Amino acid sequence: MTTKTWSVPYGWLLLAPAAILLVGFTHYPAAATLVHSLFSTGTAVRPSRFVGLANYAALAHDPVFWQVLGNNFWFALGTIPASIALALLMAIWVNGKLPARALVRMSYFTPTVLPMIAVANLWLYFYTPQIGLLDKVTALFGAGSHNWLGDPHTVMGCLIAMTLWKEAGFFMIFYLAALQSLPPELEEAARVEGASRWYFFRRVSFPLLMPTTLFVLVNATINSFKLVDHLFILTKGGPDNASNLLLYYIYQVAFSFFDTAYASTLTMVLLLLLGAFAILQFQLIEKRVHYR
Amino acid sequence: MSEIVLDKVSKCFGAVQAVDAVSFRAEKGKFVVLLGPSGCGKSTLLRLIAGLEQVGEGKIFIEGRDVTALDPARRRISMVFQSYALFPHLTVAENIVFGLKVRRLPADQREKRLERVAELVGLTERLEHKPQQLSGGQRQRVALARAIVSQNPVCLMDEPLSNLDAQLRHDMRVEIRSLQQRLGMTVVYVTHDQVEAMSMADHVVLLRAGHIEQEGTPAELYSRPASTFAARFIGTPAMNLVALDDGRTGGASGAVIRGTAGPAVLPGRGAGLTLGIRPEHIRLVDQGGVPAAVISAEYHGADTVVTARVGGELVLVRAPGQVALATGAQVRLGWEPDAVHLFDALNGIRTGL
Repeated sequence: MTTKTWSVPYGWLLLAPAAILLVGFTHYPAAATLVHSLFSTGTAVRPSRFVGLANYAALAHDPVFWQVLGNNFWFALGTIPASIALALLMAIWVNGKLPARALVRMSYFTPTVLPMIAVANLWLYFYTPQIGLLDKVTALFGAGSHNWLGDPHTVMGCLIAMTLWKEAGFFMIFYLAALQSLPPELEEAARVEGASRWYFFRRVSFPLLMPTTLFVLVNATINSFKLVDHLFILTKGGPDNASNLLLYYIYQVAFSFFDTAYASTLTMVLLLLLGAFAILQFQLIEKRVHYR
Repeated sequence: MSEIVLDKVSKCFGAVQAVDAVSFRAEKGKFVVLLGPSGCGKSTLLRLIAGLEQVGEGKIFIEGRDVTALDPARRRISMVFQSYALFPHLTVAENIVFGLKVRRLPADQREKRLERVAELVGLTERLEHKPQQLSGGQRQRVALARAIVSQNPVCLMDEPLSNLDAQLRHDMRVEIRSLQQRLGMTVVYVTHDQVEAMSMADHVVLLRAGHIEQEGTPAELYSRPASTFAARFIGTPAMNLVALDDGRTGGASGAVIRGTAGPAVLPGRGAGLTLGIRPEHIRLVDQGGVPAAVISAEYHGADTVVTARVGGELVLVRAPGQVALATGAQVRLGWEPDAVHLFDALNGIRTGL
């Protein structure tokens, strides 16, 4: 046999491991979910049948879905800009000359290393009424006990604060790496020209960090929709769905209510949402990003 | 009046003395080159003048003002960096007027200056390009334009040509020099390339290990090197430095090249002295002179560099035209008496004849 005829199976063999994993765990499930969402949930007496878009129609009339979607919107709005700003701020700070720099960098990164379940347990202790850290501190100023996670008005704020604490350090690493790849002569050239630090940041550093910002933005958006572990520990979506997020709602529908068809429908919506966000972000920001 | 004055300026990095009590003056409108091998402190010295490094001891004056403690921006200087330090996300025009924008110059004046400077450096066609769309030489021009446009009286340049190829480097040398003269700028220029120093400078400051080895015009450095270090650094190929010895045998009545019996190259004693002669000042002669054996002959086009052995020493000869000499051929080397330099063999310092 010639080399040429062999090169085709070789090529496929080399691709196979990655292809099998991708198809098996990403592409097939996505396609299967789409198919599922067009069928009703089968039971012992009533087998699954094709219902077309009936599941999507039900979704449009599901008040919990809309509430959860709204929650997720506020959660995203509360975490994304703040975590990016915080990450950038911390990166700039630990990129400068300061004593015990390695220690500061490490301590900012520590929350990222911790498992989400451990973090949630930690913060559960902060938020616990009466014996929690937060209540102990507010008691010093004479405030009464407050059930932070039990109050629909404060529960989302609590989740946002914890997520910021967990994520900002992770994004900081990307900004820190990007900052260190900027040539120091740029800052010196700007100094000779009389640019203030803020002017240099606004006109040079920040624009040159745009690729990192885009990357972090996409990641933060995806994270805000896929974060779910902390809800298991902290609130289970309560009280009265006030802290329920889309992915947790999908979990509830699929594994607590066993309505797999409706869960598939919700999953499709989540997929479409994230896809649309990613396209939007790349399209909008691509124009303003300078890749070196 | 001197534009830039350095008074016993020192700078340490930890235990390393990068600049050691350096004093010199740069006159107004002159092109001053800080020359030296890598690690001699020339770039540090430039950064001290710019204010990018803090002076350890001593004082720096620019235009008669004590700027030792001043911010770079308030020293009325501009600077060209080795890496050009162009802002990659800004266009050529934005790069050039960056400093003017910082200083809030009105837009119409900015435009006028930009137009004039772009024409000076030949970038008028490229103003809307980004730096990475430009060639190395064009980037260099942008960096120059950014330095010129501020109209500061002093311009500092840190090895600005080291990233360019040989042909371009020559063109830019000529261009920078003519720009400097047309605009009457005072330039302090750092380089390790003696050709740049010789061809551009009004005044050369030769540095070695943080102190000034010699300063003067290029012609002074070439014709009267103060030490063997200066002698070796200026000129290509470098000056021949051969050890001398007292003539003892063969009736020679003077100093001879070490390892030879004669003839005497200088009257008097020779031990403890080093003889220096530039390769271009040695001729291949038919009669008299010092006998030597050819090791190699390298043809350069306009001239041939002949390497020959005299006693225990190697001597380079730059002979005009093409000289065909086989290895081992016997030649005689001659030179004019005033082409001779003498140095103390121990400390390398120039001594009288």
